[in-house]
Amino acid sequence: MKELTYVRATDAAEAVAAVAADPDARFLAAGTNLVDHLKLGVATPGTVVDVSRLPLAEVEPLDGGGVRIGTNVRNTDLAVHPLVRHGFPAVSRALLAGASGQIRNQATTGGNLLQRTRCVYFQDVTTPCNKREPGSGCSAIGGFGRYDAILGASEACVATHPSDLAVALAALEARVVVLGPDGERRVPMTELHRLPGHHPERDTTLAHGELVTHVELTGSDLALRSTYVKVRDRASYAFALVSVAAGLELDGDGEDAVVRDVRLAWGGVAHKPWRATAAEDVLRGRPLDAAAVREAVDAETRDATTTTENAYKPAMLRGATTAALAALAGRDLA
Amino acid sequence: MTATPIRARSMGTHLTRLDGHEKVTGRATYAAEHGFTLPERPLHAWLVTSTIPRGRVERVDASDALAHRGVVTVVDHTSARRLAKPDDAELAVLQDDAIAFRGQIVAVVLAETIEAAREGARLVRVHQTPADSAPQVVIEDGEPYTPEAANAGHEPDVVQGDVDAALARAAVTVDATYTTPHEFNNPMEPHAVTATWDGDTLTLWDSTQSVHGVAAVLGRALGLARGKTRVLAPYVGGGFGSKGLPHAPEMAAALAAFAADGRPVQLAVTRQQMFALTGYRTQTESRVRLGAEPDGRLVAITHDALSQTSRYKEFVEQTATAARMMYAADARSTTHRVVPLDVAVPAWMRAPGEMPGMYAHEVAMDELAVACGVDPVDLRVRNEPEVEPETGNPFNERRLVECLQRGADRFGWADRDPEPGSRLVGDWRVGLGMASATYPALFMPGNTARIRALGDQRYAVDIGAVDIGTGARTVLTQIAADALGVEPGRIELSLGDTALPKATVAGGSAGTSSWGTAIVLAAQQLRADHGDDPDAGVESSSTSEGYPDMENLALHSFGAVFVEARVHRWTGEVRVPRMLGVYSVGRVINPTTARSQLLGGLVMGLSGALFEDGYRDPRHGHVVTQDLATYHVASHADVGDLQVEWLDEEDTAATPMGSRGIGEIGIVGTAAAVANATFHATGTRVRALPVTADHFLG
Ligand SMILES: Cc1cc2nc3c(=O)[nH]c(=O)nc-3n(C[C@H](O)[C@H](O)[C@H](O)COP(=O)(O)OP(=O)(O)OC[C@H]3O[C@@H](n4cnc5c(N)ncnc54)[C@H](O)[C@@H]3O)c2cc1C
Ligand code: SF4
Repeated sequence: MKELTYVRATDAAEAVAAVAADPDARFLAAGTNLVDHLKLGVATPGTVVDVSRLPLAEVEPLDGGGVRIGTNVRNTDLAVHPLVRHGFPAVSRALLAGASGQIRNQATTGGNLLQRTRCVYFQDVTTPCNKREPGSGCSAIGGFGRYDAILGASEACVATHPSDLAVALAALEARVVVLGPDGERRVPMTELHRLPGHHPERDTTLAHGELVTHVELTGSDLALRSTYVKVRDRASYAFALVSVAAGLELDGDGEDAVVRDVRLAWGGVAHKPWRATAAEDVLRGRPLDAAAVREAVDAETRDATTTTENAYKPAMLRGATTAALAALAGRDLA
Repeated sequence: MTATPIRARSMGTHLTRLDGHEKVTGRATYAAEHGFTLPERPLHAWLVTSTIPRGRVERVDASDALAHRGVVTVVDHTSARRLAKPDDAELAVLQDDAIAFRGQIVAVVLAETIEAAREGARLVRVHQTPADSAPQVVIEDGEPYTPEAANAGHEPDVVQGDVDAALARAAVTVDATYTTPHEFNNPMEPHAVTATWDGDTLTLWDSTQSVHGVAAVLGRALGLARGKTRVLAPYVGGGFGSKGLPHAPEMAAALAAFAADGRPVQLAVTRQQMFALTGYRTQTESRVRLGAEPDGRLVAITHDALSQTSRYKEFVEQTATAARMMYAADARSTTHRVVPLDVAVPAWMRAPGEMPGMYAHEVAMDELAVACGVDPVDLRVRNEPEVEPETGNPFNERRLVECLQRGADRFGWADRDPEPGSRLVGDWRVGLGMASATYPALFMPGNTARIRALGDQRYAVDIGAVDIGTGARTVLTQIAADALGVEPGRIELSLGDTALPKATVAGGSAGTSSWGTAIVLAAQQLRADHGDDPDAGVESSSTSEGYPDMENLALHSFGAVFVEARVHRWTGEVRVPRMLGVYSVGRVINPTTARSQLLGGLVMGLSGALFEDGYRDPRHGHVVTQDLATYHVASHADVGDLQVEWLDEEDTAATPMGSRGIGEIGIVGTAAAVANATFHATGTRVRALPVTADHFLG
């Protein structure tokens, strides 16, 4: 591992200033992702600024059932927080579906959102990867592709974003509070991450030195009736093949119930959590049944590009989305 | 003299693991930790590996590495000590500039700290020239050949009767191809070694399954005089076959230590490097054809197995050998073909041959059961052979049918509706599947045990066996106690050191059988030499050259595995809430440690069934799913209600203890039982491992 300077930040603004001033500096939170990258040579910063002890570890209630989550709230603490469990079950479930107990006990909210792709080539410095080394090529294309993106990928990169939490937050329209050298701004969760385009080296829309300080969620009926379904081969400790965060409001009861409003976001399909607005549009105002879900998912995946390695994903999304909405509706959609 | 059977007193009881306390309190010292126990501070070694699959090392530029703080030296093919006998290509580390596969060791960095060694390795610039011709790295690239022998000396091809005619006449046939991917042993403790030279004597603390094996192989290659290689392995964190023979990292550590000016060197292989340097189970492709009467009685069995090996050192998985002895049929043909590639060297992984072979054979049997409309358990019972089909020898204790029947009773098999896809519980399609298991009772000659009386009926028992976590230390103590007719507390057992009498590998499920027989023989020798109450200080030692009567008897263990699988109707996810294995394995010497072996085998079989999948990149030539986040093994959450039991049994034809081996049989047949259960749940037959969710989407 490259030798580096370790700085423990005591103040958020100071941390921002330190990183913003030094292109070779990086924030360090719990390090469950970054420290791996340091060891593997995937990241070689000259300085790490440890933000994990900044006093940003509270979950505070906001008016109307909302919450404001400090970046240093650990994944486990966030998952079991009563305000989150009750008001935003999709968030709790997404967190608990991620990683392992040990990692969740350490991992922070901001670190989780800003973890980098698990693309096997990104993590293997002996192979070309545009995200790790711009211009070197993309090894995933024509290689191991089981986890690759089917939506919004580019010729430069077909990686997926690995965070479960981010998918739930995208569905529930969270905002990320960011502190930069010029002060604070709020970024909608769906605009925090970007599609790869020609610059897969950039995961997010944040400028170098911008620090995530909080995540804010607004309470709503959709959030109250929300869930998260993660599909994976192994029952635990595996990244999503695909995942679905959903929130649902119905008018009426039983089979005649009509979708008043719905939120859908998908994980494991794109370089960012994928808010499935086209699918939501198909469902809104329709009776909830298997045919409607299928049509909705097909509308969203119309432009999907697949290879033999990830050709299963649209069908798996249909299944997972059906399972999520059936769970929220409390009835069988078969 | 051969050993005579002994009476069980401690054998069969739950003696607590003798080293359990050391292990769970962290006081057991593993291979890489020995450096810290030596008077001289160790140097840390880090391996630099090739990044092309075939070619030459032009130059190793270590200037940046050497400039890094803490880096002491970099050893490469121009500076490494020359081997006296570099004929084992895998161990001819740093002997020339040839690159035979991606991930091969091309330099070793030595540094004062592990961090400096790792950074030094990153800073070494290796100039490599690819070979003119394109490397061949995937099985489709190469041409198969017929090997002279498969692993363990098996004939590549065995034909009995006219299979084509029998198949043509058969009322019912199954003809299908089954595949298994590259699988990696991944013991919890990585391969690790501390090496130190004292003049022309090499000492290694090694994570190995065979101290004498490592000493013999490395000593010979290095040209060291007999007795000049000492290998110690007091504690080993698992091996699953990957530590059965020395691999390149042990040699690299020995060569690096030679360049360390008398300082010890410690090396721990990274998880990623374990996917290139420490062996693996090659992918297999099995075409199985079965011909049967309408009632399921087999008339023909063929099993044609294809695997791949490394071009520079051959290893042939004996995939088709179980088909030679498992079921009755007049016509039978089994073949092995292998494709040489420019890839890392495959080697032993728990139940080489039986694991992939019985997976294929037992899924084919399930297909035959469906085709004949016969219950899968009955089908196996109907095909019991009277004698071992390959040799004509009578079986000793072939109790497969009892295992099948006991398992079926206990699992509730009778309530199973044979119709696939007939049961839905909530969102889960539920199926039950089963398979048979088998493993040969192997015995390795040439083990020596020495027993010294300590007075007052206490005895020191010495043998260079290795406890790789299985419980050998405990079980051998029990055997010695019973052989001497004393309590286990009166035995002081020493193992894991070449300074002790010579022992064979902890492998082939033959460790306890072979070492235990030597201990029994030495005990009987001691009694013959020195009577029932020997004076302190007297000793006897004996070498056991043989015991079991394999000339006239077919000695095998058997088992039956039953599995409940659930397949999610929306997402295709497969979960296994229930597994049961019933085994006939001879006498169980220690129920606690034996249960662990069998449970572990089942979990590893489950893991192979559903998760494990080494993906070798067709362009780069190395396995890219090279850590435990991407190469999935079963997690706790994947393991549900897991039960094992064994038949009450004593097989004194196999060993004087009445035991046979138990280390491997748990993984055999398990993947087939899981796959068969997923078929029963869904009606979809998946013929490629692992059986993943994407196969079951609507
Ligand atoms: C084996 C394994 C399995 C896993 N499985 C899952 C899974 O199934 N689902 C899942 O979602 N995750 C999974 N994870 C990932 C885990 O959730 C992340 O590693 C963790 O959330 C990262 O948090 P951290 O605090 O350790 O971040 P760090 O590793 O410290 O940082 C990660 C990145 O975020 C940046 N960063 C950290 N905090 C901030 C901040 N406040 N502002 C700006 N930048 C910041 C860092 O510079 C770094 O680039 C898994 C991890 C492992 C190792
Ligand atoms: S998909 Fe993206 S991360 Fe993966 S190799 Fe290609 S560029 Fe790198």
